[in-house]
Amino acid sequence: MNNTKMVPVPSRSIIPERDSDKAPILEAFNLGIDFGGLTAVDNFTIAVGRTEICGLIGPNGAGKTTVFNLLTNVYQPTRGLIMLDGKNTTGKSTYQVSRMGIARTFQNIRLFSKMSVLDNVKVGLYNSTKCSFISSVLRLPQYFKSEKQANEKALELLSVFDMESHAYDEAGSLPYGAQRRLEIVRALATNPGIMLLDEPAAGMNPSETWELMENIRKIRDKFQIAIMLIEHDMNLVMGICEGIAVLDHGKIIAKGDPEQIKSNPAVIEAYLGKKEA
Amino acid sequence: MSIKQKINRLPVFVRALIISVVFAVFLVVVQILISGGTISGYISKIIILVGINMILTLSLNIATGYLGQLPLGHAGFMAVGAYTSAIILRAVPADSAAALFPVTLIAGGIMAAIFGLIIGIPALRLKGDYLDIITLVLGEIFRVIITNIDSVLGFDFTYGARSLKNIPKVTTFIGTFLCVAITCLLIYTLIHSRQGRAILAVRDNEIAAESCGINITLYKTLGFTISAFFAGIAGALYASYLGILNPASFGFMKSIEILVMVVFGGMGSMIGSLISATVLTVLPEALREFESFRMLVYSLLLIVIMIFNHSDKMKRFKTVAIDKIKAVFSKKAVKGAENEQH
Ligand SMILES: Nc1ncnc2c1ncn2[C@@H]1O[C@H](COP(=O)(O)OP(=O)(O)O)[C@@H](O)[C@H]1O
Ligand SMILES: [Mg+2]
Repeated sequence: MNNTKMVPVPSRSIIPERDSDKAPILEAFNLGIDFGGLTAVDNFTIAVGRTEICGLIGPNGAGKTTVFNLLTNVYQPTRGLIMLDGKNTTGKSTYQVSRMGIARTFQNIRLFSKMSVLDNVKVGLYNSTKCSFISSVLRLPQYFKSEKQANEKALELLSVFDMESHAYDEAGSLPYGAQRRLEIVRALATNPGIMLLDEPAAGMNPSETWELMENIRKIRDKFQIAIMLIEHDMNLVMGICEGIAVLDHGKIIAKGDPEQIKSNPAVIEAYLGKKEA
Repeated sequence: MSIKQKINRLPVFVRALIISVVFAVFLVVVQILISGGTISGYISKIIILVGINMILTLSLNIATGYLGQLPLGHAGFMAVGAYTSAIILRAVPADSAAALFPVTLIAGGIMAAIFGLIIGIPALRLKGDYLDIITLVLGEIFRVIITNIDSVLGFDFTYGARSLKNIPKVTTFIGTFLCVAITCLLIYTLIHSRQGRAILAVRDNEIAAESCGINITLYKTLGFTISAFFAGIAGALYASYLGILNPASFGFMKSIEILVMVVFGGMGSMIGSLISATVLTVLPEALREFESFRMLVYSLLLIVIMIFNHSDKMKRFKTVAIDKIKAVFSKKAVKGAENEQH
């Protein structure tokens, strides 16, 4: 265990050789948060390369979702520092770090359920749609131009998951798997440098999961972004993640590539040793 | 293809033209009927009141239906608009009042919007019940200030409980309904835009909206301010419709009355707002004959209609009923076509 140091360590990707020529897209140094007396996350230090797909795994309640909430400034950390694309995000609000290039999906799906599928994606395009309030209300030419662009872009993004035909359906009426995919499309629409996926395969059947895996890889290749995902489906995690960090009781107990993680005794204990309790 | 789809296929400007023409014809016909005396003075007064209540309902619907908040002090913004416009109109020469009315109308709206902004910035940081209660309290504070400000200022300004009298009665049928149309149009264009989507996103899920880069405080404040603006417009129309203002008419019960119209029409539904403002303005008047039972019948009708509008069973029943009716019509249409062929 190499994460007990109290001083920030030099950034190092889980997989050092990938993107080693470029600065990491995301770095966290000794990140920690307490809820009252409970330390939910502690000494969380990680660096993610520009086009890396990495996994965050660990038993239920380990603090994985809390890490995502810290990285997107939904929670302000009690300790530690986050650098997004080389910039410190301390004190910024969630919408500001979104603009700085971090996007996410949610463990409990959070779609704009009463809006159409297309409009959900267009909300994701909010910052790249250039249209002033006056142009919107008075329908000036800028409105028609920006709406046309937004519609085209939204449909193009939906095509990543072959969802164009559902563009005008109400988002809340989609089947579960499609809702998870729509959340990913919406996150992509914000034009992120890194996308955080919180249990993207939850509730999907094996064939849907397999397809999702292919698509996550496709998205990384096409958009050249980093993806960090929380997932319980080990086939998916071991199948696409180039680097994996294992969290237990709020602390990283192991980092490495899938092979290293599979054979790490601390990981096996965290997953199997706890079972009898 | 349903009628709605057929209409949606038409180019935007054709649709806009059709709606404008229909609306202009409606305005002219009703105005002729009013001038000719076919529509009595009493009825025409009710028609204007319907228009004012339409704007009120549409305005509160922005905050409730689109923004997802539940302000309980909406009558306060109406009062600000009403007093602003009325005080200016009383100060200008009587013969120029009608010409200046559009200006004082907008002044009333802007003043209400400013109050909405001042209140919205701190209040919208609160969540749920706290926000509701804060708006309730602030609405009441407006009323109390309007009632007592003269004794603080030392001169007659709002005339407090003695009522502000002799306001030029320049609210006309055509003027009111032009305002209704403009309100509908502006709300429609707002909601179907980048900014409108942001407002709806905040309503549907604040955290998700924020993680899409939307400044939720900004859009809550914006929605709240726009809602106050149109309430101010309605207030200004109301002032010059009655010709007299008393702070007591802008109390908590007035806010609730507007809220009932919104809920009754369906949150977030523009057509619903228009219909419910009409029904709930006309109904109490129509029930005037049954003086002693009036409030009883009114409340009962409200309950019945609420149940009809909002229970799941009734919703299912309605969709089934509508489908059946549609089926009958389409069958008739098919049969009609067949008959023609034979
Ligand atoms: N807002 C909060 N307030 C108090 N405790 C919290 C809060 N958010 C998370 N926790 C606690 O932090 C721990 C980690 O939760 P979470 O990050 O959701 O776990 P995971 O996603 O790994 O299953 C849990 O014990 C949870 O109860
Ligand atoms: Mg979780």
